[in-house]
Parts: sequence; C-alpha cells; structure tokens
Amino acid sequence: MYKEILRSIDNIEIYPILSLILFLLFFVGMFIWVVNTPKAHIEHMESLPLDDDDAKINKP
Amino acid sequence: MNDSTLERFQYDNKIVKYFGAATIIWGLVGMLVGLLAATQLFLPEANLGNPYTTFGRIRPLHTNAVIFAFVGNSIFAGVYYSMPRLLKTPMWNTMLSWVHFWGWQLIIVAAAITLPLGLTTSKEYAELEWPIDIAIALIWVAFGANVIGTLITRRERHMYVAIWFYLGSIVTVAVLHIFNSFELPVTFFKSYSAYAGVQDALVQWWYGHNAVAFFLTTPFLGMMYYFLPKAANRPVYSYKLSIVHFWSLIFIYMWAGPHHLLYTALPEWAQVLGTAFSVMLLAPSWGGMVNGLLTLRGAWDKVRVDPVLKFMVVAVTAYGMATFEGPLLSLKNVNAIAHYTDWIVGHVHIGGLGWNGFFTFGMLYWMWPRLFKTTIYSTKLANTHFWLGTLGIVFYALPLYVSGLTQFLMLKEFNEAGRLAYPNFLETVIQIVPMYMLRAFGGLLYLSGAVIMVYNMWMTSKQGVFQETEEDQAPALAKAYNPSGEFWHRAWERKPIFFTILATLAIAIGGAIEIIPTILIKSNVPTITAVKPYTPLELEGRDLYIANGCVGCHSQMIRPFRSETERYGEYSKAGEYVYDRPFLWGSKRTGPDLHRVGGKYPDSWHYHHMTDPRSMSPGSLMPPYPWMTTNVLDISDLPAKIRTLQKLGVPYADGFDQQATADYEKQAAKVVANLKDAGVEVAPNTEIVALIAYLQRLGTDIKQKPTATN
Repeated sequence: MYKEILRSIDNIEIYPILSLILFLLFFVGMFIWVVNTPKAHIEHMESLPLDDDDAKINKP
Repeated sequence: MNDSTLERFQYDNKIVKYFGAATIIWGLVGMLVGLLAATQLFLPEANLGNPYTTFGRIRPLHTNAVIFAFVGNSIFAGVYYSMPRLLKTPMWNTMLSWVHFWGWQLIIVAAAITLPLGLTTSKEYAELEWPIDIAIALIWVAFGANVIGTLITRRERHMYVAIWFYLGSIVTVAVLHIFNSFELPVTFFKSYSAYAGVQDALVQWWYGHNAVAFFLTTPFLGMMYYFLPKAANRPVYSYKLSIVHFWSLIFIYMWAGPHHLLYTALPEWAQVLGTAFSVMLLAPSWGGMVNGLLTLRGAWDKVRVDPVLKFMVVAVTAYGMATFEGPLLSLKNVNAIAHYTDWIVGHVHIGGLGWNGFFTFGMLYWMWPRLFKTTIYSTKLANTHFWLGTLGIVFYALPLYVSGLTQFLMLKEFNEAGRLAYPNFLETVIQIVPMYMLRAFGGLLYLSGAVIMVYNMWMTSKQGVFQETEEDQAPALAKAYNPSGEFWHRAWERKPIFFTILATLAIAIGGAIEIIPTILIKSNVPTITAVKPYTPLELEGRDLYIANGCVGCHSQMIRPFRSETERYGEYSKAGEYVYDRPFLWGSKRTGPDLHRVGGKYPDSWHYHHMTDPRSMSPGSLMPPYPWMTTNVLDISDLPAKIRTLQKLGVPYADGFDQQATADYEKQAAKVVANLKDAGVEVAPNTEIVALIAYLQRLGTDIKQKPTATN
C-alpha cells in the first residue's frame, strides 16, 4: 500500500536529501547569526519593551 | 540627532480597549458553550432536543469561539497595545484597525449562526463555509496591511523579537488558511473540499497542527516577550535565546503536522517525518519556556503577591507542559494509547486553559488598569480568580488523563479465550462517565473565575478614567542609514519586508516538503477497483453526517491493531477514501468507529438507534435525533452537487446529474421497503433514509468481489 503510493511520486529519493541539506543549512546559518550578534545591540534590543532606560541606550 | 527633532505622537488605546472587551465577552460565551458540551457528555438530555444545540454542532461552536473569538481578540488586543509602543509610532491606519475589529466580530457572529445551523465543512478548526472563509482572508489581510504599514512608519530602527513572532504568525496563518480552504462551492452554503481522502487528511492536519502553532502559540510567545518583561520590570532573560527560539520554532513547526495521523492510512514516510520533527520541537519550545521563566530571575518574591505574574507563570509553565506532552504524544507507541481518547482533549486544554487562557488573564489584569489610569479594583478578587482557574485546570485535565488511560486499557484487553474482554464499546464509555462529570466541574470552576474577572475589570474601569490616547515622543528615523560593518542579521532586522519574506521562506520549506509529495500522489486514481463513488442517496446521507457533526464523536479510520480489527473489522486502506470530500477520519472516539458499520446492523436498528439511542444501546451517551424521521431532506441542489464533484474528478457518468434525483428516489424506496418489513413506516424523502443508506454503505466496498458486481 505505502510502497504503491511512494512509487507513484517521481524522484521521491530527492526529498529526504533535500530536507537534510535545508535543515542543516538553516541551523548553521542561525547559529552563526546568533554568535556574531554584538552585545551592545542585544542590550538595546532587550530594553525595548521597558521604556524607562530605553532613551539613554537608544542610539540614532 | 538631538531633542529638537523629537516627534510627538499618540498611541490609540480605544482599539485596545475594544479588543480587550471582545476578548472577555467572547471568552465567557466560548467557555459557557464548552460547559454545555461537557455536560452533554454525561447528560444526553442537555442536548435540549433540537438539532441546533446537539453536541455535534455545539462542539465546533465551542472550539471556534475559544480559538478565534477569545484567543483571537486577545492576540489583537496584545498586538495593538505592544506593537505601537515597541515601534514608537501609532498603528498605521486607524480606519484599518476598525475594519479589522468589526470585521472580525462579524465573522464570529456569522460562525455562531452558521455552525448551529449545520453549515459546516467539518474540517476541524476550519469548519466555516466558503463565504466566511473569504471574509476571514480579507480581514486578515487588512490586519497584515496595518501591521506592515506600522512597520514602515516606525521610529525604532530594529524590530523587537515580539514583532518577529507577530509577523511570522500573520504570514503563516494566511498561508495555512488559504491552502486548507480550497473548496469548490455548490451553493452559497455548501462546498466540497478540493482534496479527497488521504490528501485532504494531510492538508487538514498540516493546517490543524499549524493553526495551533501559529494562532495559539507564536502570537502568544510574542506577547510573552513583551508583557512578561513589562510585568516583571526587567528585560527578557536572554535575547539571543529568543532569536534561536523564534527561528527554530517557526522552521520546525511546519513539518510536524502528520503526527495527528499516526497509524492511519497516511503514507509511512509522512508519519515518520511528523514524529521526528515533533520530537525536535521540544528544544525550541522549552528554550522559550525557560527564557520566559528565567526572566523572573530575582523577581520571584513579586510572583507571590502580584496576580499578573502568577497568571503568567502558570501560563508559561502550562506551555512547557503542553509542549513536553506534544512530542511525547507524537511517538507512535504513546500515540497508540492516546489517539482518539480523552487524553488528547486533556492535552489541548492544558494549552487552552493554561497557556492561552491564563496568559490572556494576566495580560488583561496588567493592561486594564493602565488603560484607565488607575490600579486594579481588587487584588483579592484577582487572586481568587487565579486559584479558581488553577483548580479548574486540575479538575479539568486530570480526570481526562484517567479516562483516556482507562478506556485504552479496556479497549485493548483480551480474555483467556483470545476474545475482546469488552466487546461492546459502550461498556468502556459507561466506565468513564464519572470522569466526564468531574471534567465539567473543572470547567465550571474555570468559568466562575472568569466571571469574577469580568466584575473586577468592570469595577476597575469604573474607578478610573479611560485614556483614549497616550502621548509619547521619539526622534524620526534618519532617512539615509547605511552603517558600515553591520552584520547581516542586524541589517535584516531593520528591513521588515525582507524579514517577512525570510520568515515566510522558513515556514514554506517545511510546509512544501510535507505537502508537495502528497499533492503529487495520484490518489484520484483508485488503487482499489471495488471502491466506487457514493450514490446520490448516500451522498446526501454523508452531507447530513457532516452537517450534524457526527465526526466529532465517531472516527472512520480503523488502525491496524488487533484490538481494533477484532472490534471493528478490516483495518482502513488509503484507497478506500478516494471519493471522500472532505475526509471524515475524525480525531476523537466518544462513540465507536464507523468505518465498517455498513451491513453490521439492519436498517431498522439504525432507525431505532437514531430515534432513541438508549433503546438499542442502554446507557448510551449519544444524543437522540428523532426529528430525522420526519424532517424532509431538500435535494434540490443534488444535480449541482453531482456536477461539482464531477469537476473535482469524481467519475460519475456524463449527464448523471440529470438522473441523480431518480436514482436517489429508487434507492430511497429500497430503504423504505426494508424498514417496512421491520414494521417501521417512514417517508422516502426524510433525512433518516439518506443517513441510513450512507451508514450501510460505509466500508463495504472492499468486501465486494470485483467479479460479483454486475
């Protein structure tokens, strides 16, 4: 039954490989992104909801 | 930039107040309807003896009311409050805000009218018929346009993580809603799904799962990242973690949908994909929960006294519990226990009552006094609400876990002779009735707490003065901003449109890998030659089955377990569903599976059972449907239904639409004759005749020898 369905899809074998590559690229990219974020920027971002100290960190 | 360039602007509090009020009003309605449905499960008389308030129609009313009305309005209140303040600008277009508000409330009213009338597609959380689907799409686009417009006119260069969650949610909900709503209209109130059988099931649960993700989860995570730091008065524990949380969550979530269909006739690869990604989801979900809870570092003393924080802490904890349970439930061996039982109902209510409900309460208790420039009317009442709600969740969920496990164990038990120990499904249901009573009591506690909140909020607004607008000031964004050496992600973060496209890509990849292979399956070509399209009478019966929400309690999917094949018959094959538009596999068995009910009982049994279920099955919880024996079925749209199905590829012969009525009458006469032999007089044009014909057809196709057909 399952095999019948799978056989009816052309080039099915590319899907798992494609998934793996996309998946790896995505997480490697995200990791590089997060590690490279400067601390000052993070501090500015996390203060955004709190208006009190926002003004002094807020740079143009 | 200096102070002279500071711009003054005003935040619109009125729209927030309206969405907040709509949240609590619809919340009460949704919970009340839920309580009615819960009561119907141990007291069938509570179905009130008419089709409109019978469980099958009340259940979708409850789910739609709490998801789209209660949680929906809560999201909008949260977004319209936090977004302007995070971006230092009012919402882009006030007119659009109000179109959004009133449009959404009208959609809710339309749902509240059409669902009890039985106008439904029966696809869970997407029950509304096509004209309302179109209205939802339009209003959602208005909301999205308003959000994007606000981003363009912002005065804060970078988008805070809460806004990422909002953007991701808006885009994904739009994609999900559009893809799952592909249907071909027959009339203004009736349509057939563009997908059939296995495809329909996969698209539906890709939608259903991600509607939970992108309607009930990600917008609330955005709100968590804004309101929790606000209430605790300290920044989020780790902003870097929140970046990881956002991207991995939206990326992984879209792949996990098939875990709703384990052990069904869905292709194995899709089931494995669903399980694997569901287990992975645990990481970002718990990362988010930990980030929320650790935001309270050094502020736990406040949690003891501040009801806002109490509600939020329980909400985030419930999020953690539900997202731990979710991956667990998607493991095949655990799923075999929990699927179709009350365990699932308990699971979703940990999320619904705990996460969505409690976070909404916490947010409203925080926001309301600020909108009215006052303090909360009574902290004591808020605490009472908190404890009633918490007890309500415990009394709601625990009995359902007990009930789910009890029923599973009973259904699986075989005696020494190798036969089912409890061959009658009803025996297992009667056993768990006390649990249903406790569950309803839990619901009552939770609702009582919400009523107290309404009083508290009303008194808060009376003691304060409503601030229709709130003034703020910030410098305008410099036009030319092109810092050198800025790392790419920071550049993305200040380009909202580009960012939205990226987020869309992240969700589209998982969605595409799950959906494209399924669309490519040539499931319209029957792989079982004995499977034939429904006759006109059976088709009308099926549409009645849909209109009455039978799928809410009865599955049509026998899993390949010995306990199920012994009880119900041969397990279900994908090829048997190729003419099912929509699929009716169901997700909860309050009654037995019906996929092989065809031919199991005589027509007269069904007649008596539908008129009074307890006459055939003493102690049954099924509501009676006596009106079906007298209600005349309107079949004027039958030729149009046949033509619509032909367009969708169902192989009815050319010109069959013109013969359909005659065919209908011929088959109805047979059912009437059968009933007459058993001493039952019924008119051939009544609803019961069509319904019986459909039930007797169910699952019988594969029993016929191809050679025997003539």
